[in-house]
Amino acid sequence: MASASAFEYAPAPESRSVVDLAPSYGLFIDGEFTDATGGKVFKTVSPSTEEVLSEVAEASEEDVDRAVKAARRAFEKWSALPGAERAKYLFRIARIIQERSRELAVLETLDNGKPIKETRDADLPLVAAHFFYYAGWADKLDHAGFGAEPRPLGVAGQVIPWNFPLLMLAWKIAPALATGNTVVLKPAETTPLSALFFADICRQAGLPKGVVNIVTGDGRTGAALVAHPDVNKVAFTGSTAVGKAIARTVAGTRKKLTLELGGKGANIVFDDAPIDQAVEGIVNGIFFNQGQVCCAGSRLIVQESIQDELLDALKRRLSTLRLGDPLDKNTDIGAINSAEQLARITALADAGEAEGAERWSPACELPDAGYWFAPTLFTNVTQAHTIAREEIFGPVLSVLSFRTPDEAVAKANNTQYGLSAGIWSEKGSRILAVASKLRAGVVWSNTFNKFDPTSPFGGYKESGFGREGGRHGLEAYLDV
Amino acid sequence: MPTTAPPAHALADVTASDSTLRRFLHGLPGVDAVGLEARAASLGTRSIKTTAKAYAIDLAISMVDLTTLEGADTPGKVRALGAKAVHPDPTDRTAPTTAAVCVYPDMVAVAKEAVAGSHVKVASVATAFPAGRAALEVKLADVRDAVAAGADEIDMVIDRGAFLAGKYLKVYDEIVAVKEACGTSARLKVIFETGELSTYDNIRRASWLGMIAGADFIKTSTGKVAVNATPANTLLMLEAVRDFRAQTGIQVGVKPAGGIRTTKDAVKFLVLVNETAGQDWLDNHWFRFGASSLLNDLLMQRQKLATGRYSGPDYVTVD
Repeated sequence: MASASAFEYAPAPESRSVVDLAPSYGLFIDGEFTDATGGKVFKTVSPSTEEVLSEVAEASEEDVDRAVKAARRAFEKWSALPGAERAKYLFRIARIIQERSRELAVLETLDNGKPIKETRDADLPLVAAHFFYYAGWADKLDHAGFGAEPRPLGVAGQVIPWNFPLLMLAWKIAPALATGNTVVLKPAETTPLSALFFADICRQAGLPKGVVNIVTGDGRTGAALVAHPDVNKVAFTGSTAVGKAIARTVAGTRKKLTLELGGKGANIVFDDAPIDQAVEGIVNGIFFNQGQVCCAGSRLIVQESIQDELLDALKRRLSTLRLGDPLDKNTDIGAINSAEQLARITALADAGEAEGAERWSPACELPDAGYWFAPTLFTNVTQAHTIAREEIFGPVLSVLSFRTPDEAVAKANNTQYGLSAGIWSEKGSRILAVASKLRAGVVWSNTFNKFDPTSPFGGYKESGFGREGGRHGLEAYLDV
Repeated sequence: MPTTAPPAHALADVTASDSTLRRFLHGLPGVDAVGLEARAASLGTRSIKTTAKAYAIDLAISMVDLTTLEGADTPGKVRALGAKAVHPDPTDRTAPTTAAVCVYPDMVAVAKEAVAGSHVKVASVATAFPAGRAALEVKLADVRDAVAAGADEIDMVIDRGAFLAGKYLKVYDEIVAVKEACGTSARLKVIFETGELSTYDNIRRASWLGMIAGADFIKTSTGKVAVNATPANTLLMLEAVRDFRAQTGIQVGVKPAGGIRTTKDAVKFLVLVNETAGQDWLDNHWFRFGASSLLNDLLMQRQKLATGRYSGPDYVTVD
């Protein structure tokens, strides 16, 4: 996307040959791959080329029932294992993930459209780290602060989104298994492949049959899983609308529920911020994974006195972002995950323009095939604009300004969401004072989108409830 | 002796007094060390292959200041260095010449003769290199000596003691005086010894101080201390020259020195230039490598690209 320069990087594509894709995949139930009853299948495509990658079975209610039953049978033995035994399996899975990380990174990039740089350097190391971390907890649950011998809940029904397919799988499966639960997981319909490769890793690790089951399908499969009477725990990450529907389904049952939903994160930049690093943090906050991140810093709230300077720096920086083939190791911005998501982003950006915000994108050529959206910046945005309120889930940043810290806090909190926020300032006391007033599950200071298995993650308000990660993440899978 | 000769650009008024200068330098945006190093590391993962690599290697060779700064330097060694600067690869005359040879002032005349007739410049480390602990008059005499002997470029070290003590105007005055001693014939590179400045905030302040005082180049280090050029401090200095040009219209060069030994490292630095300051700096008039062992690795990589095979240390000259 950078203008013609004397130093143009030659394409450096990662080899696809490390991934052995089958033409079709079944459901993973009770340790075996099996066809869906009724034989329904759907296709999964590469968002950057629209090429069909594979066909995947669509699980019916009956299939979901089979999977839950398998998990129930496995639960008796799995939950009775000493924690150290469960840890062995989890450590083994973690190591296999590390060994196969290149293959998994390429697969994830093919199926999701995000740059290989991110799957290789962010997703896969975090996936392995989560399994290592919760493996470490498996034999120490008595000391986790939930009383002596906390008990597992039973069968966990887990539904995960398409933005971080393997990472969200790790966030869900690792603590569930460490605490002695068994799992039926439904990956998103547009990104089912890495979960199916994970099923293979479970077999490679010798995990007992039925402990992990993967059912692929669309929202109907997910709904069947959530509604299944023999599921004890439901964990969902995804859109707020679906989260509300799940909450209604689960209400009145004895199922435990955690929801990790949408966000409209505020990234507050004070006039004494380290400007160059703040620019990097803003870029990372909203253009990481094409902005398809629930905790994205999609609202830049900048102190008026440095607004022009910061925007100039930001625009210059955006002009150096490289958009294109996600398998190219030099690509910064990949493809949008699906045509449907692209349409949603396009509609919301158009609404921003129609409502009077000023739109800016760097000079940028988009590939012909696939789903693409140029990095976009909106200035002159007010709290009343749709783009300042609705989660866009795309590479679109809304810029608002403030004069006083109180105004910054008021604007940051004026949202129905509360997942993440960022503060940029060189003054520690200001960071602490502002952070304590922000209603968000995570507040980053002088950084953004940093994840670690030891750190709990979750939301306020319509961003959901419950925490994943850290010691807190164990609670959602224990009877406490 | 000139004191605080005001520079003729947009930032002239900041040097009115010690306090205005301090206020300006301390008013520069801070540097977050974690973020800076993360950015430098992420640019280090750019994958440079094939034609881009061939281009980068030749560009890097053309940016090398081939350096010998030993107490044991002899005219013979300096002549050999000059010959190598003109024809870095005796087996392949298509290899570009290096930017300059860099020597002590007493070797300038020898070096000048050795590179005569080529585009190779002669740079000299004057001003009581490397410690810079001498009276200003001594430093200026050192500079005049080198310039009189024909040096095209002067690499001066700043008084780190004065800088760390907050005597910014003293450092500024010295740079202004040295710049004046360089006259119109020699370009001035100002060396901060970033390893001794110890914080990134200090490196940014030193960069601006040097540029306001009239540096043609800002340079990380002497190569004589433990920590010399790093991707992070070079990235920071590239941000400084980019911002300085935006504010004053004056373009200043950058020279990382010391510790850059491999082609892989050099290419990472070029990526930093490309994506931070931009292509206007991708030229040996605006970017240099202060490195002596780097050149041989660049030449071996160049031979590998040309022949498809690795040669070895005996296929390049020792100095």
